Amino acid sequence: MTAARRVKVVLAKPGLDGHDQGAKVVAQALADAGFEVIYTGLRQTPEAIARVAHDEDADVIALSSMAGSHLPICRKLKPLLEQAGLGGRLWIIGGNLPAQDHDALRALGFKGVFQSSSRLDDIVAFIRAHVP
Amino acid sequence: MKPGNLPAMETRTVTNESGIEIKSLYTAADVEAGGGDGMPGLPGQYPFTRGIHPLMYRKQPWTMRQYTGFGNPADTNKRFHYLIANGQTGLNVAFDLPTQCGMDSDDPQAEGEVGRVGMAVDTLHDFEIAFEGVDLERITVSLTINGAAAILIAMYLAMAEKRGYDITKLRGTAQNDILKEFIGRGTWVYPVEPSIRLVGDTIEYCAKHAPKYSPVSVCGYHIRESGADPAQEMAYAFCIARAYADEVISRGLPVDEFAGRLSFNFNCFGNLFEQVAKFRAGRSLWAKIMQEQYGATRPGSMWMRMLAGGGGSGLTFEQPELNIVRGAYYALICALSGAQTMALCCYDEAYTIPSEYAQRISLRTMQLLIEEMGLTDTVDPLGGSYYVETLTNQMRERMQAIMAEVDAQGGIVKLVTEGAIQAKVSAQAYRHHREIENGTFRKVGVNCYRTDEKAPEMEFHPYSEQDARAQIQSLNRVRAERDAASVQAALERVQADARSSANLMPAIMEAIKAYTSVGEITGVLVGVFGRFKEPVRL
Repeated sequence: MTAARRVKVVLAKPGLDGHDQGAKVVAQALADAGFEVIYTGLRQTPEAIARVAHDEDADVIALSSMAGSHLPICRKLKPLLEQAGLGGRLWIIGGNLPAQDHDALRALGFKGVFQSSSRLDDIVAFIRAHVP
Repeated sequence: MKPGNLPAMETRTVTNESGIEIKSLYTAADVEAGGGDGMPGLPGQYPFTRGIHPLMYRKQPWTMRQYTGFGNPADTNKRFHYLIANGQTGLNVAFDLPTQCGMDSDDPQAEGEVGRVGMAVDTLHDFEIAFEGVDLERITVSLTINGAAAILIAMYLAMAEKRGYDITKLRGTAQNDILKEFIGRGTWVYPVEPSIRLVGDTIEYCAKHAPKYSPVSVCGYHIRESGADPAQEMAYAFCIARAYADEVISRGLPVDEFAGRLSFNFNCFGNLFEQVAKFRAGRSLWAKIMQEQYGATRPGSMWMRMLAGGGGSGLTFEQPELNIVRGAYYALICALSGAQTMALCCYDEAYTIPSEYAQRISLRTMQLLIEEMGLTDTVDPLGGSYYVETLTNQMRERMQAIMAEVDAQGGIVKLVTEGAIQAKVSAQAYRHHREIENGTFRKVGVNCYRTDEKAPEMEFHPYSEQDARAQIQSLNRVRAERDAASVQAALERVQADARSSANLMPAIMEAIKAYTSVGEITGVLVGVFGRFKEPVRL
């Protein structure tokens, strides 16, 4: 019997935002939940995120953004992920994301949008429920 | 009555975040038994547990310095004048992320980030606009800048000089604490070694040319935000401050010629008494370190001068209006702890960069303590409390133990370079987050006393693409009008000095005065030093 492949998450910090406490907390929670987590570290360009997600064949592409540039970043990342053949994977984003931007983020393909107040177990459950 | 018969509240163990068990009652015997110093001496006297000055706020209240900056220099200048008109006594400048990372506003990586979380700055021209009409003798300016600190310090000195100020008398502060940027906050540029060299260059240069300027504000603040407990926060900050002191001393500068201008920036969220004890303990520990380990003789060299009042991780997204109350307690903690400067977190910071309204509430919170609550009437009002004095002694012992552990593991520079401190505090942050989620660490509005009511509408700080384009146009105008040959010559000197062991500040000053941009100078330095590679460890 072959073991089921572990869900693989690429968790990235896009842009110049250096607030990584939350991303690292989420990374540890996802690892504890049994996912394989590739955390990119800070200052990832959309190109770099798409490349890592492609090279790692990620099931989930997760972004953490605390400094307000989530919309321009996601607008750039969307076509890059699609070109890399990752359009069908689960895209999620968390951080300091004003409620007024949530619809725009979902429209860009980010199915899961998590405020900084989100519970870790809710993020885990969302991934389990939606991972392709 | 046997302990077994006591109600649960009386027998449960209470431990503070730094791991010290708290008793239900303290007496004089605890102070004497509680490690080290017993009752403290007088304020203004070594080891300064009760304050660095004999009269403290009776002579002068703390400086009020709200963290501010957004958009273009002209936008920020308006907010500066608003805050000064409302009674603020200092400025604390927020820069946008491209500036903090040493990039110009037209850098491809800056797209979408120009002027977003702070003021965009490219050249000296921007500082001329930002500080227009601000009396730099009356209002001291603090620059929250790290990776690009040497450049922005040079820019500030050049701007002041150009406006006719005598820089040998100019006061002000730069954050310029790069080691903590590697632990949290993340606006590093160069690898660890050249980064420390640059901090050394600024301290040495200021000691010689701008001796009233504080070139470094060592931050426990962001280490705490990254997951450190309060004792670790202060212990790691002191380890970092020692690393900078060692760098400067290795160049032959005597400790008393620069240590008096080192300052600190600490967090204050958490248990009120633990925080007050932390600050009082830290003050005496730093004095002892400077006297016993560094042979400092001037009292000023032993002073732990500090800014406090922030504590972003203590604020909540839920019921954000409670953050106004938390901010008031933060200010109370700082006033009870003898802070030199306060920069309070605003209630809307869990959502956005602060509105004018939120900043005025923070300012008024501090003014209330001064005008109505009697916090400036007497020095160290908690001094002599059996509890606070015992805890002060215990916190100092905890900090000393943590510093000894860092030394035994090879020192703070090694541990930060390897990512070991980062991994340690990150694991703690995760544990703490779980404790909040499972309710063992109580957080009002988050895991208790929740409400289903809709949160009040928050005023989001608007972001203007148009402002960002205007900033790039302004930079292009400066580039077209400046003397290209002077810029070229200055950049060549920066490069040559970077390759040698010369102090880089004179070359950077020359480049700044020729209107060379932040990104151009950083680019040359990256060419010589390379870039920091983040050790990603989880």
